[in-house]
This record gives sequence, C-alpha cells and structure tokens, in this order.
Amino acid sequence: MISERMLNLTVIGGLLAVALAALVLDQPFTITLATRVAILSLAAVGLNIALGLGGLVSFGHAAFFGIGGYAMGILAYHAQTYTPLDLGLFTVAGTKSMPVIWLVAMVLSALAALLIGLLALRTSGVYFIMITLAFAQMFYYFTLSWSAYGGEDGLSIYIRNGFPGLNTLVPIQFFGICFVILCAALYLFHRLEHAPFGLALGSARQAPMRVETVGLSPMRLRLVAFVLSGAITGLAGALFADLNRFVSPTMFSWHMSGELIVLIILGGVARLIGPVIGAVLFVVLEHYLGGMTEFWKIWLGVILLLIVLFARGGVAGLLSPRKVGHD
Amino acid sequence: MTEPILETRGLTKSFGALVAGDDISIDLRKGEIHAIIGPNGAGKSTLIQMICGGLKPDAGQVRLMGRDVTGDSTASRARAGLGRTFQISALAMENSVLQNAMLGAMGALDHPWRFWRPVLARSDLRDRAEACLDRAGLLELRSRRVADLSHGERRQLELAVALTLQPRAFVMDEPMAGLGAGGSARMTEVLDALRAEAPILLVEHDMDAVFALADRISVLVYGRVIATGSVGEIRANAAVREAYLGEDA
Repeated sequence: MISERMLNLTVIGGLLAVALAALVLDQPFTITLATRVAILSLAAVGLNIALGLGGLVSFGHAAFFGIGGYAMGILAYHAQTYTPLDLGLFTVAGTKSMPVIWLVAMVLSALAALLIGLLALRTSGVYFIMITLAFAQMFYYFTLSWSAYGGEDGLSIYIRNGFPGLNTLVPIQFFGICFVILCAALYLFHRLEHAPFGLALGSARQAPMRVETVGLSPMRLRLVAFVLSGAITGLAGALFADLNRFVSPTMFSWHMSGELIVLIILGGVARLIGPVIGAVLFVVLEHYLGGMTEFWKIWLGVILLLIVLFARGGVAGLLSPRKVGHD
Repeated sequence: MTEPILETRGLTKSFGALVAGDDISIDLRKGEIHAIIGPNGAGKSTLIQMICGGLKPDAGQVRLMGRDVTGDSTASRARAGLGRTFQISALAMENSVLQNAMLGAMGALDHPWRFWRPVLARSDLRDRAEACLDRAGLLELRSRRVADLSHGERRQLELAVALTLQPRAFVMDEPMAGLGAGGSARMTEVLDALRAEAPILLVEHDMDAVFALADRISVLVYGRVIATGSVGEIRANAAVREAYLGEDA
C-alpha cells in the first residue's frame, strides 16, 4: 500500500528510467518498447477521460487513433512524394513537421468525436458501445478500400517526421517527445478531474438526474469530454504511426478499441496512472510472452479475468487503494 | 391576489389506459407549504416529474413565476428557480458531501466549463455549499463519502443541495421517507423555517408532518385532485376520508 502520488511518480519515473538505462546499455529496441508504452498510454489516457471520468464506455476509440494515424500518413505521404493534397476546393502541400501533423490529427479527431458523440451520446449502455463500435468499423472498411493511400496494404512513410531542433530518428529523442506529451496529458487529466468540469462530469456519471436538477446538462458535459478524449487519442495515433513509420486500417480495427479498454481496466479505471500501468503490462506481456508463444493473449485474458473478478480497481487499486474524501 | 410562484393548469398524462394525471390544477403561493397527499399510485410521482421536467404532459401547462415552462428541459427549469429533492436520493455516491453540495453551488453561481483550477479552491462555491450544509446539519460530515452516509444523512444532503440553488420554489418528494421519529422532527423544523424563503410543494406520506407543516393540502386520487383546502378542511372532508384516510365516512 503506497500513496497515489508515490505510485504515480514510481510508474512514470520507472518508464523514464528504463528508457535511459537502455540508452546507456545501448539497447535501442528497449527504447522503442518504452516509446510504444508511452504512446499506448497516451491513447488510453484520452480514453480514460471518456470512460473513467465520464463513464462512457466507448468501443470505438480506434476511430480517433486511426484518424490521427492517417492524418500523419497522408500528410507525410504527400510530402515524401512531392504531390499536392487535393482537398476539393483547394490543394495543400504535405508536411513532415510533427507539430503541424499533431495539430491536424487533434483537430480532425476532435471533429470526428463531435459528430460521433452527437449521435452516440443520445444512447447509453450497450447501445452506446455498439454505435461507437459501428463508427470505428466504418472508418476501418473505408480505409481498407481507400486505394489512394494503400488500401489494406497501408501506407509506409520512409523517414520519420521531424521536430524542430531534434533528430527524431534517434530512438531516445523520439521517446523524449512521446514521454513529454504523455506527461502533459497526464497533467491535463489531473487538472480536469479536480476542476469544476471534472466534478460535473463525474456527477453526471454517478447521478445524471442530480446534474440536471442543479441546472446543468449531462449531455453537453459528456460531449465535451468525448471531444477532449478523442483529440488526445488522435494525437497518440499520429505518434504511433510515426513510431512504426507505417499506417494501415488495423489502427481502426475493433481490436485496437478493445485493447485501449483493456489497458484501462488492467491499470485502474478513472485512475490517473491506470492507463500507463496497463500499457506497461500489455507491452511487457506482448513482448516477452509473445516471444514464447503465439497465444500470449490467453494469458493476458487470464490476468484480465483475475483483475475484473478480484481487483476492480485494477493494479493501481491494488497498490494504492483510492482514498476518498479530501481535507 | 398575487401571481402564484408555481402553478399547474390542467396537467394531464396517461400511460396507455392508465390515467396518472387528470386535469391537475394546483398552485403554490409565496410563503406557504402546499402538501400533496394521496394513496400509492395516485399519480404523485407523475405530477412531480411533469412539474420538474422528467415527463412531458399530454395536455396542460406548468408555470413558474407566471412563465410557461412546459416545454423547457429539467436543467432550464432548475435555472429558472425550481429546487427539487428526490424521494430516492440522487447523489454522487463516490463523491464527498461537500463535492455534492458544491455541484449545486456550481449550477447556481457558475458554469461547468472550467477545466483548470481545482473546484475545491473556489471559495465562492465552497462558501455557499458549506453554509447550506450547515443549515442542513451536515457541515461536520463534509469530507465524508456519500456512500458512507446513513439514510437520514442522505436526506439531509438532498435538502442541502437544493438549498445551494437558492430556488424560488421547492418541490420535495417525500423528504421524511425513512427518517426516524427524531430525524423527522428535525426535518419538520427545517422545512417550517424554510417556507419564508421559498414556498414548498411537499409530497409526503408522513401525515403527522403534513398536518404539522402544511398551509394547504391537495388530495390526489387516481390522478385527480379531489380536494384542496386547509388542514382542518381536509380532515373534515368526507370524500377525502373515504378515499384516502381510510375511515368510514
């Protein structure tokens, strides 16, 4: 049993320490694994705003992850082929600049979250799950047949996009970018959770009637949460594509949506550090168990089952049970 | 006569063949407690939901301070000054007592689109919330989680959250339900003092409390108001005794 603050610092510090140790020991692949953890964590921190704080079980967050990925892929593709990107009314040039790509990825995923949210948030429970899933699957099948950008083969980007002043091809530098963004997102999550918005959103999850009778609209609170959530997951998608230098429709697949939910449940729903713990477990299992057996997900399933049955608060809940109340 | 604070005109609602509200016209005037009584299934909950916005009436109007609010959402009626308490507590169970009260203060004083500063550091909201908790006798328990409160304490918190709104009219759904004799007596005292601030439409099963508090009583049976009058008039009314109080007339 350790304090929540201690747990948060240990996990985040641990991730940084692993990457730095790998740098010293000249293990670039381990740095890549740590980067993968940071990016999956970021995607799940995004989902945790909707799922953890808002109680919105979105089974379609792959939509935003994929939109982020394709925003990166398409912009970089046009930059590397020196072809203009035709947007109907006008054309723009592609770009290899990460900040521009991130901005486009976040704006597009926020817009998609707004549209999906406007429709999906009219429902709740299993219908919400199904509608969000359906939207993500629409994107999946669309990109599967979108031959201009590789269709089911996906799109390779030969050189990682650039960030002013850094050499992103050096693994530790790209890790640094992802790590800083993850920390910023965690800080944002922390502020949101304790801000007036977080109180209203959490109350709308627990007692929507109450929120209405004090004059607030649960629907609007959820919509804003869903848009913020989508934008952060979209940013993670752009980084994920840059990590792999490859985008394909699998980023939109329902497996991806499911994995993000699994990460949060493993780590601890609505817990700040939950997504990071979940991502660490997931990547470690994927890498080490995956090296031993093709069927590693069976063991992931067993762990998930144990957590759901015996430790509802996830690993974060086991290590640092949530204290309630305040001073 | 001055305009009633809250008024229903001919509210009607049926669910299939069941008429839960039949031409209900009642009003709530400044400074009074108007109790609605009636046997189970008389349509009291339906009436409350039509007044507060959970149910749309088939016909009729709800007027708040002279304005027709029948088409308004629950949230906008709350902003217009309707303060409701629930029969079965609708509180954020994982949150603290203070957080629940501060939600009410946020609804009354501000908007929720603030994403950065901690809500507990908002002294304006906190002062309003703590003052209302104090009045409801809950200030000591402010950092307690609602899930850990007793049933009676939750009823007190229901009241405190409604107080934070400083509404123009209260609509209370069985505030005495599940309170022991002592709790019921304390709640009666609080409501007695409250009517000077804003009138109360009180739906209540506890007849002792109703007779002690009400300035007027309306009796609802099968969705119809069969009588409205003072405590004495209602006690003496033969139709009421037959239909509801269970005595042979």
